[in-house]
Amino acid sequence: MKRNLLLSMLLAATLAACSSNVVKEKPAAPVVDSNAAQTQSNVSNANANDAASTSPASQADSSGNPLKDPNNILSKRSIYFDFDKDQVKPEYVPLVEAHAKYLVANPNVKVVLQGNADNRGSREYNLSLGQRRSVAVKKAVNLLGVQDKQIETVSYGEEKAHDCKDEACYQQDRRVDIVYEND
Amino acid sequence: MPVFARAELTVEVVGGGAQQIPIAIVPFAAPAGSAQPQQDNITNVIGADLRMSGLFRVLETRGVASQPHALAEVKYSDWISIQAQALTIGTIEALPANRLKVSFRLLDVLKQNQLLAMEFTITQAQQRATAHKIADIIYEKLTGEKGVFSTRITYVNKENGRYSLQVADADGFNAQTVVSSKEPLISPSWSPDGTRLAYVSFEKKKPVIFVQSLVSGQRIVLANFKGNNSAPAWSPDGTKLAIVLTYSANSQVYVINSDGTGLQQISFSSGIDTEPEWSPDGAFIYFTSNRGGGPQIYRMPASGGEAKRITFEGSYNVSPHVSTDGKLLTFIKQTPAGFKVAVQDLMSGQVQTLGDTTQDESPSFAPNGRMILYATHVGGRGLLAAVSVDGRVKQRLKDSGGDVREPSWGSAINQ
Repeated sequence: MKRNLLLSMLLAATLAACSSNVVKEKPAAPVVDSNAAQTQSNVSNANANDAASTSPASQADSSGNPLKDPNNILSKRSIYFDFDKDQVKPEYVPLVEAHAKYLVANPNVKVVLQGNADNRGSREYNLSLGQRRSVAVKKAVNLLGVQDKQIETVSYGEEKAHDCKDEACYQQDRRVDIVYEND
Repeated sequence: MPVFARAELTVEVVGGGAQQIPIAIVPFAAPAGSAQPQQDNITNVIGADLRMSGLFRVLETRGVASQPHALAEVKYSDWISIQAQALTIGTIEALPANRLKVSFRLLDVLKQNQLLAMEFTITQAQQRATAHKIADIIYEKLTGEKGVFSTRITYVNKENGRYSLQVADADGFNAQTVVSSKEPLISPSWSPDGTRLAYVSFEKKKPVIFVQSLVSGQRIVLANFKGNNSAPAWSPDGTKLAIVLTYSANSQVYVINSDGTGLQQISFSSGIDTEPEWSPDGAFIYFTSNRGGGPQIYRMPASGGEAKRITFEGSYNVSPHVSTDGKLLTFIKQTPAGFKVAVQDLMSGQVQTLGDTTQDESPSFAPNGRMILYATHVGGRGLLAAVSVDGRVKQRLKDSGGDVREPSWGSAINQ
């Protein structure tokens, strides 16, 4: 049990280390040009193989659902962003990769990536910004081999934001939530 | 079916213009026994409208010795003594079949002559509308500009966890619910003739654009494509709307016919393009884009093509709206003091931030271009405010409890 947890943590860390370059190299522009698409599909294949070989390890903990294990990184579902930004920050790369790995190992599992923004500025711009954030997370997990059919992106803009007065509160609203179907 | 809302808006003038016209309005002679709620009294509504414009100082008339209703009863010296420059008098007479005849005169106190006289035959229910009409006539006669008291506004009210899209008179009274939902409603946009509203509803768990007739109440889905459907804006001729879709994953501007046919993409960028607004001549579309980094306002030909950047001051400028004469742009600008309504002279490029609030959103010009209506936050609640384009007159429109947002001022045509 303990060993399995340690192993999966190690694997997550290894995956994070080996694929962090890939994430950095993702095109800044959200519209994928043909070259980028080529790169993306190569990377996807490489990671799909990698994930396939490691999937037994991530599923070895048969005593419980890793999504529900509070000690498992998969229990963390939110990725936070800077103001007016849609780049996934380095500290959230391990979280994104862990979910990507789980989704690759469980190709029938589906997620909705819900993008949000804090309540400052315009509602329409924030709706678009929330969408960009959800798409940024989608692209990151796509690069790690998660299939399009497993992912839906949606934006709530600032419509679910709290009534904030300070940055500590605002930053809680600038996020993408990974919501598992039937969870 | 329209529902009358409990929460009606009231107006406070929190700042005054330097040169307000002092006007006295003598309560109109009313038929005996016509008890009426104070707020619906024709004379009160005229006074409130003129006060709301910020251009008039409405004088107290109760202490004045003479209370004229007819021209022959006017004693100009009484009105000179309270420093009135203009005087309004009138009568309301009961007619058969429950109708009313409203007569009024506008007098120049200094020149001691009549500026105009008019009468209206109306139903009981048309009293507020008639008062707004009279206020518009007085406003235009004394300022030389069109009044906006007979126009309407729309906004979204959030109360008890429900969102309702409302339409109200420009003074906030007579609010009616157009549609309500437990999911968010945003971005209402008036058709140029004032008969329809386009808006975004999340009722299908994602943003979808509807167009609803205010006459029949019927609505159509204008756009429900893959991804987000949002930010509708009518073309000046009412035949098309500019909308924003994330069909290609990224928010881009499209144009679609008002019946939902003929979709055409007109912006092609790798950034966010949103909040389209047509120029009054229909030739251009102003929009918000972060193609250069942060969000700024750009303009492109309405058929698509090269975009020209319009805003340069600051790193965050959003929500463009153009005045009906095409000369001014209002938008929201992030400043060190917060998010503020700004106005830019499109010829000179000069920018001024307006108002004393700091969480402003969704500005739109009054049809006469004098005021800008916008949403802001005060005390943790959304409310509507208006500010004159020169920043001198500030108003707060507040209701009795809801969280109000997403206002838009309709055209000069009142249905």
